[in-house]
Amino acid sequence: MSTLMTGAQILLECLTREGVDCMFGYPGGVTLPFYDALYDHPIRHVLVRHEQNAAFAAEGYSRATGRVGVCCATSGPGATNLVTGLVDAMMDSIPIVAITGQVTSKLIGSDAFQEADTFGITRSCTKHNFLVKNISELSQIVHEAFYIASSGRPGPVLVDIPKDIFQGQAHYTPVSSIHLPGYKVYTEGHTGQIRRAAQMMWDARRPLVYAGGGIIASNCSEELQSLVEIIDAPAVCTLMGLGGLASSHPNFISMPGMHGSYAANMSLSNADLLIALGVRFDDRVTGRLAAFAPHAKVIHVDIDPAEIGKNRVADLPIVGDLKRVLSKLNAALVELQPDAAPINSTHRRAWWSQVREWKDEHPLTPAISTSEIKPQQVMVEIDRISGGQAIVASDVGQHQMWAAQFIKFDKPRLWINSGGLGSMGFGLPSAIGAQFACPSQLVFAIVGDGGFQMSIPELATIANQGLPVKIIVVNNGYLGMVRQWQELFYNNRLSSVELETFPNAEMLAGAYGFKGRTIQNPADLVPALREAVDEPGPYLLNIKVTPFENVYPMVPAGGAINEMVLGPPQPVAMPR
Amino acid sequence: MLQVISLLLENKPGALMRVTGLLSARGYNIESLTVARTLDPELSKMTIVVQVDSSLRKQVIKQMNKLVNVLQATDLTEGSVVCRDMVLLRVRAAQENRTAILKEAEIFAARVIDSSVEGFALEATGDPEKLDEFIAVMRSYGDIEVTRSGALAMSLEQKKLRLAPPILRGEDAMLSETKNGVLNA
Repeated sequence: MSTLMTGAQILLECLTREGVDCMFGYPGGVTLPFYDALYDHPIRHVLVRHEQNAAFAAEGYSRATGRVGVCCATSGPGATNLVTGLVDAMMDSIPIVAITGQVTSKLIGSDAFQEADTFGITRSCTKHNFLVKNISELSQIVHEAFYIASSGRPGPVLVDIPKDIFQGQAHYTPVSSIHLPGYKVYTEGHTGQIRRAAQMMWDARRPLVYAGGGIIASNCSEELQSLVEIIDAPAVCTLMGLGGLASSHPNFISMPGMHGSYAANMSLSNADLLIALGVRFDDRVTGRLAAFAPHAKVIHVDIDPAEIGKNRVADLPIVGDLKRVLSKLNAALVELQPDAAPINSTHRRAWWSQVREWKDEHPLTPAISTSEIKPQQVMVEIDRISGGQAIVASDVGQHQMWAAQFIKFDKPRLWINSGGLGSMGFGLPSAIGAQFACPSQLVFAIVGDGGFQMSIPELATIANQGLPVKIIVVNNGYLGMVRQWQELFYNNRLSSVELETFPNAEMLAGAYGFKGRTIQNPADLVPALREAVDEPGPYLLNIKVTPFENVYPMVPAGGAINEMVLGPPQPVAMPR
Repeated sequence: MLQVISLLLENKPGALMRVTGLLSARGYNIESLTVARTLDPELSKMTIVVQVDSSLRKQVIKQMNKLVNVLQATDLTEGSVVCRDMVLLRVRAAQENRTAILKEAEIFAARVIDSSVEGFALEATGDPEKLDEFIAVMRSYGDIEVTRSGALAMSLEQKKLRLAPPILRGEDAMLSETKNGVLNA
């Protein structure tokens, strides 16, 4: 018989058994018993400065490793502060488990101090959530939470635990099976459908692989690479799928969509077969849906049946885990390979030469200036230092798009960004999570001057923990992406987008006890980045860039993706 | 158009909210909803009638099937389906109408559950349109008060007669999917 434990100890036992080594959180009244049990427990608890950032850090940890990230908050305001991070994880299918304290069971519903209906509030923000009502079900629920978060289409799961459950006593009983009668996970993929898909790929004249975040979630980069090589098709990776196929791979075309490359969008618009893998045909990729890939048949592989046919009808759907489906698909492709390899057919050669032509016609070209630092140039130099190997956690906005366009990733889980929800403030805390997950790896937090200030309190966490995160502020003095839209679609009426004030970076970092610097001369860019990377501790590099640079190519909202605006509107010459 | 959805779900706090939340998040208005325990007290059966754009019917069913508490969601809008509604109705009847009201009630197979000087309380079941007519007829006799149950629906198709829910039990689900090492621990 096991010894009697408190609920808090049982929770820690569950976390330990789930392999949790580190969690991010902020204590409060009702979680006191839990934090007391944590006091002499080996699980590392990272004290953040705001609960939202605990959720973002847990996401960063998970995105960098594939493991379940864990965050913790107290009842009421603690729990409500987690909400943005939960929705963020939901949109990007990131497995995190959030533990929240709740007021004592008897007080629930009495408008007690720091009471909020966390279970109700987070219902739509999570893949699933639990309110623990009896200590006897605590361990079962926590293990189920980890199972739900990490299996199938991953996502956030919240466990709300009243204070008396933390304090109560029970035995920890190991959980031998998960009983979730309504939870369905489809992993294998239909064999007949897989063979039909292989045949379609061999029959296609202009196939294109359209790979998304599912590739990262399913850890199937190798299988994807094999697929691309067997059929020798060009491949585009979405914002969430960057690194799924190495950026240096000859078949990689780049990112498609609103700020995707000309070649990627033209390839999508002209392909006759879309091999859609772990994607959800998001509006930022497809533009006007009716005009998206109009000539293509669609093979859609996804683990979530609800994604099939949600936005685009799939001619051949396969529901399953990408890793398993792709390895079967690759085997079927080899088996069904026709004698006269279509790879060398005239059609295929014409397709490749067309794709290369698009690449050469309008490559992604960084703006260059000798008098000002161009933001794209910052990304090019970070890319040079990274060599496709550094972790880059990005915030949301123009800099995010430039980073996605110009920084290459040779492995999955290096590119960390808030894709679906687009949560400003994500960059800094997610970099913290990633650095904890990968202590010896070079981690950049690329942030704008807007998003950085949303998470600025986390500088304290970075300083406390001595995390060597390289914070690169791409500072244009504006909420750049909003301003870009005001310029282009609202007659240049710049409304509430000028940030005006930004703290002195050297003094700011200095106040926290680490190094910081501001540069605005292009000649300083490379040495300053070098200095930041060489610094053993954290570094805050504030780079003043051209204020009015905009992100191109751009597909205006609701436009077809082959109708890109390739550059800023040219000034019309006034008649003399 | 009106979509009729039958759901088998866990009889747990919050399960109902997940289903209705999924509909309200998409701006759909629920016309009726009934729910009660099944033979297995851990499960509930629910019938929802909801106004859904016909192109999104499949998507709604898929999203419901994703809910962890939902064992099975089925679209009963088309096909061989029986749909029943129940109405409790009080009618204020003048003396000279009493016999006529009872005759009408008989036509609709309604039962008298209370009779007083004021009038009658009646109970009727039937398909929803039939009950609309019943209510209209009774209204012609005087003031009425009505409570309806909302639709209960069941498929009559042979393949859908299932005594046990067609589900993966926890262990089977785990066998195909052990990502997080719960079982290995």
